[in-house]
Amino acid sequence: MKKELKVSAINNGTVIDHIPATNLYKVITILNLDKISNAMTYGSNLESKKLGSKAIIKISDKFFEDEEINKIALVAPQAKLNIIKNYQVVEKKVVEVPDKIIGIAKCVNPKCITNFEEVTTKFTVINKETVDLKCHYCEKITDQNHLVIK
Amino acid sequence: MKNRSLVSISDYSKQEILRILELAEEFEKQPHIDLLKGKVIASLFFEPSTRTRLSFESAVQKLGGGIVGFSDSSSSSTTKGESLNDTIKTVSNYADLIVMRHPIEGSARFASEISGVPVVNAGDGANQHPTQTLLDLYSIKKTQGKLEDLNIFLVGDLKYGRTVHSLLEAMSMFNPTFNFISHEKLQMPKEYKLFLDKKGIKYYEHEQFTDIISRADIMYMTRVQRERFSDPIEYEKTKNTYVLRNEMLKNTKENLKILHPLPRVNEIHQSVDNNPKAYYFEQALNGVYTRQAIISAILGLK
Ligand SMILES: [Zn+2]
Repeated sequence: MKKELKVSAINNGTVIDHIPATNLYKVITILNLDKISNAMTYGSNLESKKLGSKAIIKISDKFFEDEEINKIALVAPQAKLNIIKNYQVVEKKVVEVPDKIIGIAKCVNPKCITNFEEVTTKFTVINKETVDLKCHYCEKITDQNHLVIK
Repeated sequence: MKNRSLVSISDYSKQEILRILELAEEFEKQPHIDLLKGKVIASLFFEPSTRTRLSFESAVQKLGGGIVGFSDSSSSSTTKGESLNDTIKTVSNYADLIVMRHPIEGSARFASEISGVPVVNAGDGANQHPTQTLLDLYSIKKTQGKLEDLNIFLVGDLKYGRTVHSLLEAMSMFNPTFNFISHEKLQMPKEYKLFLDKKGIKYYEHEQFTDIISRADIMYMTRVQRERFSDPIEYEKTKNTYVLRNEMLKNTKENLKILHPLPRVNEIHQSVDNNPKAYYFEQALNGVYTRQAIISAILGLK
């Protein structure tokens, strides 16, 4: 038997794999998984050739719209989804960096209005590979290294 | 443009920019004293900026409009802790248009989204100041007779100066050549150079004033601010390196005009003021016509 942590199989639902271990909780926050009552298991600090250390989430009876799942591209650009029905993988999906990011990220500019008043942040993704976000309000760029999830 | 806020120069297309300049020319020729009769313009200056405020208020009053507002936040309810959200929502009940200046970046965009009436950005921190850009364009067009194919020199603080960034963006629609003269620490940021590369616009960078200025059609001077330097000695040296003096203008082109958003510190020596190539005080007057044009266009009166 391979030496791996067993994260139990699910009957119906979604498996999100290849999440960088350090960003597991950000993914949970972005998808509001901390606010739903579905059965859920997750494993973290699992070995991964690609990521060094990865995390995986399995959620029962939960299926995501593309628009919803693409939000995690900010913190888990290599994430892969398996859609499970009757213990079978019926569909595989990868995430795609969206054109606009609404209400997830924080603007890096300390003088930006979004850091002073109750304003939903809005960004245009100006570079999908490096994930550079241009703030709709102050027009400054927030890059991957300075990305903070709200 | 009707009923649309003006927050950033990129909110206007080339056609819309040209339309504003045409209107400004019309206002310069004909005062239109009653155009804004019965209209109320709110002038909300959350930080003081006397020049910009007076220019806007003069523009409104010359057109017969009324003004309500405040000239710095100590005389407004924001000192009582009111949010920008509440101030804007309240004021938009009283006015047909809001002119606002605010130290926080993005505040004007936010205000334009929650306000019931159009918002004109009169400066939001280091971000945008589109009416300054439009008056700069008007000054260039008026003195050169055109906007196309000009050699534009930008001098001084090119790193932090928002006016030069917006001017660069706007002028890029008119096939210019740019020359940048600045201290190495205050050079034009990479993102703007990339922008020019993409558009195929030529630019040259210099660290000194040289004979190269004999090619200039427009020299746009900006002030170098002390806060930009951690070393006060370096500031003093830099400040004195980029001073334009009258004798330096000897071999420059006949049509050259020197622009400056004002206030200046010492970057243009007073000896230049009487040179016919000095244009910065007229430039300020052009601000009134341009703001008349902007306000009337947004209110749909022109
Ligand atoms: Zn911002």
